[in-house]
This record gives sequence, C-alpha cells and structure tokens, in this order.
Amino acid sequence: MTSYTPPAEGTRKLGLVIDLDTCVGCHACAVNCKEWNTSGHSAPLTDLAPYSRDASGVWFNRVHAFEAGSGEDSRTVHFPRSCLHCEEPACVSVCPTGASYKRAEDGIVLVNADTCIGCKLCSWACPYGAREFDEEDGVMKKCTLCVDKIYNENLPEEDRVPACVSTCPANARHFGDLGDPDSSVSRMVAERGGVELMPELGYKPVNRYLPPRPKKTGCGSGKSAALEPAFDPAAMHPALRWLDRILTR
Amino acid sequence: MHPAFSVIVFTTASGAGYGLLALAGLLFALGVLPPQRGFGLCVLGLGTILVTGGLLASTSHLGRPERAWRAITQVRTSWLSREAVAALLAYIPIAIFGIGWVMLGRADRPVLIAALATPVLAVVTVHCTAMIYRSLKPVHQWCNGHVVPVYHVLAVLTGALLLNALLHLWGGQSQLVALIAILAAALGAALKARYWRFVDTTRAASTPETATGLSGMGKVRLLEPPHTGSNYLMREMGFHVARRHAVKLRRIVQIAAFAIPLALLILASLAPPIPAVFAAVIAAVSGLAGTLVERRLFFAEAKHSVTLYYGADAA
Ligand code: SF4
Ligand code: SF4
Repeated sequence: MTSYTPPAEGTRKLGLVIDLDTCVGCHACAVNCKEWNTSGHSAPLTDLAPYSRDASGVWFNRVHAFEAGSGEDSRTVHFPRSCLHCEEPACVSVCPTGASYKRAEDGIVLVNADTCIGCKLCSWACPYGAREFDEEDGVMKKCTLCVDKIYNENLPEEDRVPACVSTCPANARHFGDLGDPDSSVSRMVAERGGVELMPELGYKPVNRYLPPRPKKTGCGSGKSAALEPAFDPAAMHPALRWLDRILTR
Repeated sequence: MHPAFSVIVFTTASGAGYGLLALAGLLFALGVLPPQRGFGLCVLGLGTILVTGGLLASTSHLGRPERAWRAITQVRTSWLSREAVAALLAYIPIAIFGIGWVMLGRADRPVLIAALATPVLAVVTVHCTAMIYRSLKPVHQWCNGHVVPVYHVLAVLTGALLLNALLHLWGGQSQLVALIAILAAALGAALKARYWRFVDTTRAASTPETATGLSGMGKVRLLEPPHTGSNYLMREMGFHVARRHAVKLRRIVQIAAFAIPLALLILASLAPPIPAVFAAVIAAVSGLAGTLVERRLFFAEAKHSVTLYYGADAA
C-alpha cells in the first residue's frame, strides 16, 4: 500500500549505522551488496554493456569520497550511500501503483517488482538517490536491507545481517533496531552523536551516520619528543666498535 | 532534471488540450461560440487528440506500459494517481458534451451540464499534473508556490490561442477569446518572470554539508565519485544546462510564448479577415512552441538534491 500508518512509538525500525570515522572506502560493502542482491529479493541487478567503456548498472550502495574542511584540518571522508529506510518516505507516498511500500513490522522500504510500472517518480522523490531504475526489467530497484538474508533461518544466526554489514572489513557498518533506544546501534548513535542526512527535508531517515572523531594532532604525548639516536658508535664497547668497522667495510 | 522528450510533449499537449476543452465548454454554455456542429468537431476533436496524445506520450516513458492501469489505484497519496484518475474522469463530460454538440447538434440541459463540467475536470487534471512537481521536496526549483499557477495559466493561454485560431479559420471571431488569451499571455509573462527571480535569488536548504551530515567539519567537496562511468541517477537527475543557454532560452520563452502571441492577437483584432487568420494561427503556433521551450527549461533548470553527492555545490 502506498499509504502507510506512521509507526507507533516502540515499533521496530531496522536500519544501518555507518561509521564515517572507520570507513576506509574499500567498496567491499557495495560489491558484496551487488553479489548478494543480484540473486535476491529484487534480482537481478542488471548491468548494461558491462564490458564496455560506458558500462552502467544497478547498485544499491555507492561509496563516495568527500573532503571536509580546509587546509591542515581537512579530512578525507569515505561515504557509503544507500536507502535510509525513512520514516516519512515520500518515495512511497508518490507511487501511483502501490508498488512501493514500507513494511509496518520493521520499517523496511521495498518495491514490488510485479506491480511497478517504472514511472520513476519515486526516484525523483528520494532526496538521497537511493533508487535506481533497471532499464532491462523496466522496474525500480533499491536496497532491501537484505530482507531475504536477515530473516533467513537457513543461515547461522551471526550471518543474519545485511551483506554490507557482514562484509565490512573495517567494522564501519552496524545493523539493528533503531526504534529500540537500548539496542547497540541506538546506544552507538547516542554516544557518538550520530546524524541524519538532510534533516531539513523531513523524511526522517532511520539510518544514521557517525561523524569522524576529532583529528588528533602531534604524537599524542603533548611534548614534541625527539627520537633517541638509533645508533651511536661512540657509546659502544670497543670490541663491538671494532666488529662494526669490520662489517661495514 | 533530465528533460525527457515524452514528458515535455505530454505536459504541453495535454495542457493545451485541457485549456481548449475547458474554454470550449465554458463559452459554449455561455453561447459565445458558433453553434455549428462542424466547428464543434474541430474544437473538441483537436482538444481530445491533444489530451489523448499527451496521455499516450506519457505512458511511453514507463518501464512497463502494459501495467499502466495500476496507476489509478493510489489516489489517497499520489498526485500521479490523482492525475490519471482525473484525466480518465474528464472523458465523461467531454464525451457527453461532444456527442451532444457534434453528433446531435443539441444544446439542452444534459449537454450544457457536461459542457460546464468539462472545465472543472480539466482544471483538476492540470492541477494534479502541476502538483506532481510542486510536491517533490528534493527539487528546489519545483517545490515552490510559483509552479502551480504557471501550469494553469499556460494551459489557459495555449488553449485560448488554439480556440482563437480555430475561430478565425472558421471565419468567425470572438473578442472574448482574444481577450482571455491576451490576459493569459500578460499574466504568464509576469508569473514566469517571478518564478525565475525566485529561482535566481533563493537556494535549496540542502547543501553538500547537510547531505553528508558533515556540517561540523567545514566545507564539503566531492573528492572521488563512487564510479568512473555514468549511472541512472546521473542521467536522470543530473542534467546540466549551461547558464548562458538558460538565459537565452528564457528570453525565447518570453518572446515566443508571451510577447509574439500578445502582439499578434492585438493585430488580429484590428486587421482585415485574411491577415487576421494568419496572425491568429501564427500566434497559436508560437505560443505552443514557446511553451515547449518553457517546459524543457522547467526540467533543465531543476536541480535534484542527489546532485549534491555527485559534486554539485548547491542544489
Ligand atoms: S532513502 Fe530514499 S528510497 Fe529510501 S526510504 Fe528514504 S526516500 Fe525512500
Ligand atoms: S517506478 Fe514503480 S515503484 Fe516507483 S513510483 Fe513508479 S510504480 Fe511506484
């Protein structure tokens, strides 16, 4: 259904918390997302002209790199971008067919590929660029939060997290219930001051981004410590000094 | 935003069609139009062709046109759905009005009621079309109060220009229709100027800083895009019209859509019949061409917030 009842207080809001401090921009999450999802709920993630110069295809997750600040204080920030499973998803309410919907039980936003007419309006309505049109299938595709993985009882318990989360080598991606203030993700957001993207548009995204920690300057001791001389022949035992002379010849 | 040809043609054609049908219904009920059935055929035929052709053009940009019927199911939230329903409902009074006037040559109560219901549904349909754009928060150039009035005025203008041309071709003339077109042209020019002033002097609330949540760290610039090639987002939302061209195209809109029709209509009302016919027809063609350019610019000048992730410093 296109119209949805806003989730009551305390309902589950599954989402991601992405740590911009530790993300190294390796793109592993994007690649594993593509790998899992190209045979998952919204499969396939079509690639057009994959072996040509203008290859282009559907991805649910894209990793950008930004430079924030200027001069000495500037930082490189790697920035993975995917659906934020918003609480006020205009992508859902603009859909004329009801193909786009937000699940009441966990807040995941999905597209029904059997009823989507490919009008693309939802992709215009998403401020975050989370929806990509599949030209070959003629329908809209987007992040499913790995709905076919996180509830999959054929997988060991610890693997029931989105593919991007299980693959991240830097542990920069965390998955959980952001509707529960005591969940580990909610506590992480509270501790690190996790932020919403484009809060001014009022979509109330569920996913949060943890800002990079303040940059450390110097070596950390506060004093500028000079290095000990690594090698001082004058302080050596005469026998060793002789040996050193022989060996350096 | 990428100015898809089918969408530009659709909104221009259907706007003109609904404008024409609306004015025809209203003025027929007032008894201002020539009552001949042939004239009815020309007016309602052209209106229906424009409206229907526009609708068909808009389904051609769907990924799954065969499922288009599903678009009428979500009227509770979706302006696109409302537009589809309004467009379908509008065919009912248009059909009754058309059958009554053209086939039966009647102007009795049911036909008059249908004639008067036509403008109501035409206005509702145009309104829904405009609201699709007006309600999209990620596009600053669309999500503002200037958009809807422009859609309405351009529909009335192009409809009136077409009706005026048909009247002249039919050997008649109506000061009222010419007056409506002249007023719409003047109003359209003012509204578009106001819209462009708004676009030039305001900025979207979203910035690269709010888009990345890095406001606390200072200015944010794109360092590396996520991919070396292009993708759907860049093609669909990332259209870029050179500033220089935009200025030129705006001028073309002001001249072709508003100034030329205005001048020619004044001329036509003073000129002898033959030159007046030419003036009226050229006014209509110029108005439609100007509106096509206006629609193209409406898309080309619109910047989606997703461009902030791809290196735009403002949306
Ligand atoms: S990020 Fe975009 S696609 Fe995802 S729920 Fe929000 S508006 Fe919809
Ligand atoms: S593209 Fe599909 S999911 Fe998106 S608004 Fe259109 S019908 Fe709905």
